[in-house]
Amino acid sequence: MTKINLLKPDNNNLPLFLTLGMVFFTFGILDFYLNNFLNTNITSFLPRIINFFIPLIFAVIGLHFIRIEFSGIKILDNINKNINTSNFNAVLSVSIILLIIFGLPPLLNWLIFDATIVGDTKEACTGGGACWVYIKVWFNRFMYGMYPNAEQWRVNVTFIAVLVFMAAGFFVPTRLKNYLSLYYTFLLPIISFALIYYIISGGSFGLVWVETGAWGGLSLTFMVSFFSLIFCFPLGMMLALGRRSNLPIIKYSSLSFIEFWRGVPLITVLFMSAVMFPMFLPEGTYIDKLIRVVVAITLFEAAYTAEVIRGGLQALPRGQYDAAKSLGMGYWRMHVFVILPQALKLVIPGIANTFLALIKDTPLIFVVGLLELVGMLNLAKTNPKWLGFSMEGYVFAGIIFWIICYSMSKYSQKLELKYKTDR
Amino acid sequence: MKLKKILPQLLTLLFIVIVFGFFTMNAQENMGTRGLEFGFSFLKTQASFDIQFSLIDYDGSHTYARAYLVGLLNTLLVAFIGIILATLLGAIVGVARLSPNYLIRKTASFYIEFFRNIPLLLQIFFWYFAALRALPMLEDAPMLLNSSFMTIKGLYTPAPIWTNFDVFFTTIIIAMIIIFFFARYAKKKQEQKGKRLPVLIISLAIFIGLPLLTFLIGGVDLSWSFPVIRQMSQSSYTFDGGLKIPPELIALTLALTLYTATFIAENVRAGIQGIGKGQKEAAASIGLTPGQVLKLVVMPQALRIIIPPTTNQYLNLTKNSSLAAAIAYPDLVLVFAGTAMMQTGKAIEIVGITMATYLTISLSISLLMNWYNKRIAIQEK
Repeated sequence: MTKINLLKPDNNNLPLFLTLGMVFFTFGILDFYLNNFLNTNITSFLPRIINFFIPLIFAVIGLHFIRIEFSGIKILDNINKNINTSNFNAVLSVSIILLIIFGLPPLLNWLIFDATIVGDTKEACTGGGACWVYIKVWFNRFMYGMYPNAEQWRVNVTFIAVLVFMAAGFFVPTRLKNYLSLYYTFLLPIISFALIYYIISGGSFGLVWVETGAWGGLSLTFMVSFFSLIFCFPLGMMLALGRRSNLPIIKYSSLSFIEFWRGVPLITVLFMSAVMFPMFLPEGTYIDKLIRVVVAITLFEAAYTAEVIRGGLQALPRGQYDAAKSLGMGYWRMHVFVILPQALKLVIPGIANTFLALIKDTPLIFVVGLLELVGMLNLAKTNPKWLGFSMEGYVFAGIIFWIICYSMSKYSQKLELKYKTDR
Repeated sequence: MKLKKILPQLLTLLFIVIVFGFFTMNAQENMGTRGLEFGFSFLKTQASFDIQFSLIDYDGSHTYARAYLVGLLNTLLVAFIGIILATLLGAIVGVARLSPNYLIRKTASFYIEFFRNIPLLLQIFFWYFAALRALPMLEDAPMLLNSSFMTIKGLYTPAPIWTNFDVFFTTIIIAMIIIFFFARYAKKKQEQKGKRLPVLIISLAIFIGLPLLTFLIGGVDLSWSFPVIRQMSQSSYTFDGGLKIPPELIALTLALTLYTATFIAENVRAGIQGIGKGQKEAAASIGLTPGQVLKLVVMPQALRIIIPPTTNQYLNLTKNSSLAAAIAYPDLVLVFAGTAMMQTGKAIEIVGITMATYLTISLSISLLMNWYNKRIAIQEK
């Protein structure tokens, strides 16, 4: 029998090394588990600092033993290739595994197993976990803000109607497809505004007037981002074209407009719309706070959109412009039929990022006193009956925003693939 | 033909003039009726409000100009710490995204997808109102590293006490200048004779050695003041000595770092992936060591891709630090556009100054960036 070199595991003694490796690895994990969850320390006789690292050391030694190339066992080869290529990698892998073991069970316990869902009052929350009762009780407030409970169906109806009008674009007959962008940039905002004005705001058709100060929650987040999103796109496109124009006055006014909005934080823009803007209007005119906020966010995001679109315009080869001109197209025909369709395709990821930023920026409207989801959370947090549940609230809002943003970014990746053209 | 060029410009100009004229006229009228006067003289008057956290000497008897400076410095402090930490974290996570190790790769992308899809404001609130509020009270806080305390009122660490700090500081600057000239000399020598001097080791030796020397002969001394807990009354405690880092600063830095690092990580990944395999192979085939390949071939090219979008992220971080106002960290927006404006009512002037300040920071960094981009751009024929 040949001598076994423990430092260099090889294929000849596969079963031996495999068992040895498994034993060491299992011992490391077990020791960690016992330390953290059962409060028993089987290696307490060692100095503290070594004792702390025992699980890591043993598990890494275990991984070292099973690092055998071409073992012929598919699972083992996969493990080695993916998480166990060198000792350094083994250390990192084990650290992550231990971290997951350490962090995941308490997290799941808090979120699900120990959480309280049944009940209507704070007293129902006796478990050690999250108190989802809090979310349940406040759910209507988080969704609709201070909007009167009896009238909340109006918000729902409006949202469904707007969604139907948005989806309508997908079902138009082919010969009307050319007018689609016109519909989305002009008609849809007008229709949505009318719907929101007449149904959510009310005041006519026998509906009670609800002032915008009472609007709030997630529905307000949607409203603000929807309008800013729809308006900032055409504006950004004009600015991008203006910035690349040959006419000096147009070029430099677009340039300074873009650089101004990109240079200041949104929070100061909102401050401006709240305290400075009323000074710029004639005495006695009053523009609703919500509209001022939407205008401010639109101008702000339009500057960012403009820069993204400019990137697409610049990326197009000169030949496209020359070819369009040689066909006798004027400035507008060239841009509408040749340049912009190609440039916009190129900048789908950038546009999506700008829109995501817009959605993530909407909570900032709290500075002017409009309370969307995050603002409502902060209000609910201070309610004397429900003190001490801020964690649940933030986790809830985090999950909602995460789902919205993540699905949007995945959708944009799909669009990007769909519109990808070879050149 | 000429009309086609002039008319749109004239219309634009007219539009701008009308809008601005309309706003200015209204502003004058409104201020007239409210008895307000436009002017910046209020900056010289006494501010008479306190600021919780300040890097320079400040109390209520100082002027509004001084309060503005305090706010600006606090903003720059958060931005500075945030940029350094976010760069480090972003670089590590960006490299980890490309690791051959499945677990590392997935952890990195999980981190990125998780933190970049949650609004920054929500993250700041989470750290400040939920996570940091779970820390122990002053008297229950365990001692960390035998010197510091992490409590609900903030982090208490030892504070350095310098004697003759100016000597030490001057020496560091001198060391930097020496290193600069030494690097130039080494490069010249390499171009002439083909020999490489160990620049990094010698520079490090100068950078560490020279300032250390001042401790021996320059009369520089450094001692530490440790935080010591003291009972003030039945149930209230305080720390004497040491340095107090307020929880607002910690929450803000943490959120800004974790959020911005996800974007920097993606930039780093894109930069490294943007370097063709041929580059590395070509470099290896002319006999460069792996270290040299990374230093002389991959990094200079990757940095060219990484730096412009990363600078944008630095700017974003600086602008996002204005969210500080939401958790009452006394930054520029809170101190100046918040408290000072409430007291003076000078809305136009104060919002104007605040915006101009951010604009100056942004524009100067983008000018610097444009210059740098031109310098490192590949000179094509």
